[in-house]
Amino acid sequence: MPLSLTLASRNLFQDRLRLVATLVGIVFSVVLVMVQLGLYVGFGRMVTTMIDHAPADLWIVTKGVKSFEDVSLLDTNIRDKVQAINGVSEVVPVVIGFSVWRLPNGGMTPVFVVGSDLKADGLRPWHLVGGSLQALSSPGAVAIDRFYYKRLGVDGIGATSAIRGQPITVEAVTSGIRSFTTTPYIFCNIDQARSYIGLPASKSSHFLVRVKSGADIGRVRDEIQATVSNVDVLTPSQFRERSRSFWLFGTGAGAALFAGALLGIIVGTVIVAQTLYSSTKDHLLEFATLRAIGGSKGYIYKVIVYQALLNAAIGFALASVVAIAVVGLTAQSALPVVITSSLVIGLLALTIAMCVGSAIVAILRVVRIDPVMVLAR
Amino acid sequence: MSAPIIEAKNISKRLGSGSAQVLALKHVDLSLGSGNLTVLMGPSGSGKTTLLSILGCMLAPTEGTVRICGRATAGLGHEQLAEIRRQHIGFVFQSYHLFPTLTAAENVQMALDVRGEIGAVARRKTKEALVRVGLEPKSGAFPRELSGGEQQRVAIARAVVADPSVILADEPTGALDGVNGQAVMAILSGIAKERNHAVLVVTHDTRLLRFADNILHIEDGVLKREEGANANVLRMRSIA
Repeated sequence: MPLSLTLASRNLFQDRLRLVATLVGIVFSVVLVMVQLGLYVGFGRMVTTMIDHAPADLWIVTKGVKSFEDVSLLDTNIRDKVQAINGVSEVVPVVIGFSVWRLPNGGMTPVFVVGSDLKADGLRPWHLVGGSLQALSSPGAVAIDRFYYKRLGVDGIGATSAIRGQPITVEAVTSGIRSFTTTPYIFCNIDQARSYIGLPASKSSHFLVRVKSGADIGRVRDEIQATVSNVDVLTPSQFRERSRSFWLFGTGAGAALFAGALLGIIVGTVIVAQTLYSSTKDHLLEFATLRAIGGSKGYIYKVIVYQALLNAAIGFALASVVAIAVVGLTAQSALPVVITSSLVIGLLALTIAMCVGSAIVAILRVVRIDPVMVLAR
Repeated sequence: MSAPIIEAKNISKRLGSGSAQVLALKHVDLSLGSGNLTVLMGPSGSGKTTLLSILGCMLAPTEGTVRICGRATAGLGHEQLAEIRRQHIGFVFQSYHLFPTLTAAENVQMALDVRGEIGAVARRKTKEALVRVGLEPKSGAFPRELSGGEQQRVAIARAVVADPSVILADEPTGALDGVNGQAVMAILSGIAKERNHAVLVVTHDTRLLRFADNILHIEDGVLKREEGANANVLRMRSIA
């Protein structure tokens, strides 16, 4: 180990109380940033979950639609026009909309209905843990997520209720299909979905388009856009981006998360800067000695930066333990904190930058050090 | 006669400003050659530390020139002066100024580390320096575990480990009792003779004069050399 690193680590561990205070500050800061950005990632994934699971090469949506959940109407005859375009393999309508579910006590709770042509490989429920997709073809059959049993007043396959006054039976159960709006998703056949929402057969919400193998998706998209008026034709990634942009920034939710993260960075930087400065001040005579025996400014900066890096490494390791616990605790919540590997790498870089940046204040103090002080004492 | 290691000519130094300004050094000429231990004596406030600071490239003179191993220090920046200290000067301080969180060996090795000397060679030189001051058995001890005399010996080892041309010692026995003070001076004297270093010891302890090859006296910023019979008388008094 380099002697400069030895000096840095020994000085750091010499004052344990200050070290603990520094680490608490770093852990608080990093966990806050981690949770905020983890929520951002989790939220970003949640708002695109339907788009992620839809078997589509292109989406046809009403012009200006902001997200998958943005309820709007398209004429169903669009399907025939698009189907006639060279390179299009299949066009599958999707119907979405809010409705009401009758509870056992006679009350009502809102639900978000997602209906699609199940035989044509439309937007079908995934992660099935009970029942079957085939059973959803039966009249009144719906699929719900088991997380919403209590909310919907049911207890599994075979449970009955009513949507908009029409009797339904739970024929399939999924796991992990959660709505960030907290309104449960109900999957069913498209015709039933129309009746639950109150839509005529001539209307659909979106269309999933699958292109033929080898067809140029960009060309097909342009042709659909030219053929059908008042629609947006989007690739899944474009639709994802539009949905994220709306929910995260159009609503201010993302800005709030980023503001929290920024606050964490500021708090962490101030705490580390303050403790590094006071530590440097306590060891000024040692730094003056280093200077007197010929140590360059660079050598002294190295000692301080090593201290900052040690703070960063220990603080990040401790914060990671806390973050893992937070991820575990929120995994089953309405809005899970999602920590990806790229987020971990980014946060490590941010922690290092924060701690090293904090060292600047201490370095500015050492820049003015006069080695003569060692002769005067 | 070999070229002087440190050569100061017509050094003057003003300290303070305005009406509080004082002339701490007045036209000082000084030359330190290898193999000699020079003792610089004088009362408090006489300019000893100011002169040592200038010779040690920590302070710039108001007037005059200083040459270290032939290199003029005038106009050099802080980093260049640090480089001269690194290459040519070893310091011994009154309060030792050891790093409290480093062991004796690590304290000594620090003088090599700042020079970029690391690894096995640095460890060997460190060991040799500690052997020279008789502290190799305590190389793993921290400063708080060492007596004052031992700490000063570690400081001497740190000063000599990189084999500098000159050792500047500021009151090296000031914090030590008589026995330890004499022992430290004996080591410094031995280093001057055996290693052919120039050693300048600033002190006000006349008991140390018997180790001196040259005696300098400074008072009110004016330096004068004690020579001939006067110097011998001073040495005899210190032995007595």
